[in-house]
Amino acid sequence: MAHLPILPVLLPLLAAVLLLIGTSADVGVKRAISGSGIVLLVLAAAAQVAAAGDGTISVYKLGDWPAPYGIVLVLDRLSAIMVALTSLLSVPVFIAATAGTDTRGPHFHAFLQFQLMGLNGAFLTGDLFNLFVFFEILLLASYGLLVHGGGLVRARAGIAYVVLNLSGSALFLIALGLLYGFLGTLNMADFGTQLQLVAPEDQGVVAVTCALLVTVFLLKAAVLPIGFWLPHVYTAATLPVAALFVIMTKVGIYALLRVVTIGLLATPWSAGLLQPWLTWLALGTIAIGAAGMLAARSFAGIAANLVLVSGGTLLLAVAEPTAVSIGAALYYLVQSTLVTGALFLLADAIGRQRGASEDDLGPGPRLHSYTVLGLIFLVLGVAACGAPPLAGFIGKIMMMQAMEASAYPALVWVALILSGFVAALVLARAASVFFWEPGAPGIEDKPDVPYLPAPGLTAALVLMTMAIITVSVVPAPVASYARAAAEQVLAREAYVTSVTGDPAAVERERRP
Amino acid sequence: MELLVSVALGVLTASGVYLILRPTTFSVVLGLTLLSYAVNVLIFFSGRLKATAPPLTVEGLSRQADPLPQALVLTAIVIGFGMTAYLLALALKGKAESGTDHVDAGEPR
Repeated sequence: MAHLPILPVLLPLLAAVLLLIGTSADVGVKRAISGSGIVLLVLAAAAQVAAAGDGTISVYKLGDWPAPYGIVLVLDRLSAIMVALTSLLSVPVFIAATAGTDTRGPHFHAFLQFQLMGLNGAFLTGDLFNLFVFFEILLLASYGLLVHGGGLVRARAGIAYVVLNLSGSALFLIALGLLYGFLGTLNMADFGTQLQLVAPEDQGVVAVTCALLVTVFLLKAAVLPIGFWLPHVYTAATLPVAALFVIMTKVGIYALLRVVTIGLLATPWSAGLLQPWLTWLALGTIAIGAAGMLAARSFAGIAANLVLVSGGTLLLAVAEPTAVSIGAALYYLVQSTLVTGALFLLADAIGRQRGASEDDLGPGPRLHSYTVLGLIFLVLGVAACGAPPLAGFIGKIMMMQAMEASAYPALVWVALILSGFVAALVLARAASVFFWEPGAPGIEDKPDVPYLPAPGLTAALVLMTMAIITVSVVPAPVASYARAAAEQVLAREAYVTSVTGDPAAVERERRP
Repeated sequence: MELLVSVALGVLTASGVYLILRPTTFSVVLGLTLLSYAVNVLIFFSGRLKATAPPLTVEGLSRQADPLPQALVLTAIVIGFGMTAYLLALALKGKAESGTDHVDAGEPR
């Protein structure tokens, strides 16, 4: 399949175009189109995982222009993991959205498909400017998804989010303009090659430019000084949308990892550029996320702050990129994305059964299906706080082992263990509020609210829980694939040779 | 010429940043517009400042313009334009629902 690398971009685009043509169609028709798009996307992602599994780096030249002149899509193990995770996450999000969220506006499914297109494109592209374009596609779709459902809170959160990301895009473009001015290339593989040729007197300016680029990715990944938007935005969105947004912060981490491994590690002067900063920013993000969890007033707020903690943990590995640390981080990324996504869906399921109390951590009526939700809560809670035997524990242990060789192993371990402890505390408190307090002696019993069963939402939650149990019981396939992906990402030369051929043989223009 | 362009870019960026930090949504939109002008001009000039140089290779030609930044800036303009239009629509929606243009309208104080 020569066209396999572009399928995860084309399939959602096709579905989105069909959905836009059929704007006035019945919601059942839209669900059929969107659902078939997602099924095909999952199949394409599975084919990509298989194709990249043997270490092949597939390069797809758009318009058949050779790199570094034209735009290429590059499929390697890391891209395959990220695309597969996005597609897998989209299945429960789609199923959960059919429980009523998608009828609150005409364009939900079109936005969902455009978001998937942008995400997959960002994970597959091998060109920095094309990365910017796919970022904008996924952001524009996310703007639409965020305000989906209406209301003042969403409109206000939407304005803040859009302004922040437009400023981020401006920074991104400044970085790209300067990079192109200095290096004469925006191809990711060629980026490292050209960094090696920068004259010593230009290295300072190029370092600042790279720092600008990294700042943009840190903004997307919601890292400490520029990450406070995340809990505000994620709790304002409808909850199935928030579950999908979990993967958006991972785009920032992914782009950062790519730029570091393919570019900054290529030369001695740029290799140590980020290391002194990233570890502290990561630790700070974990601390802020833990404090935010303690202060959260709703269950979705806890989940949003868990996204911060998970982003900070992943950043620790990017700060000290070795095959062990990146391999561990990729396994951690897969399980934490599934867990935090599932927590948002659980918040939706709990909120629907509590009437006006929604998912607030305060007194409310008794839940209707507390056995099912309680069991799901137990599994997700154990996985989220990193307690044995589930995937969260395996991920944390792998991260802690990988960080043994880092600059501050003791600090990192304390951060990882304490954040897990705080998560356990907060989730236990939430569980007692939701499941034990209603009807207990001495607690005011609020009347039950009329409740419409949402089988789609429960099905989505069961699906997510099964996925989490699967990566916990058989972690080896995911972990070994992640480790192989990490080794491949760090083998810069092989990547460059597959994309541009022998870099010395590339014909260059003469620049003044 | 280089000095003129740099000063113009600096003034545009500084005004844009100042306006983005104002408390009303309308000034923020104006600020983002100014900032995106500055960014677009910067990308355009990342191919170097040259007058009357053709963008294609011609036999025996020593000076030529870089055509790629023009393609990049066109993409950036289109995207920036679309985003600003969306932001304006969102700001109008926010104003209609809260009755004020203040960025913190509806927030608990």
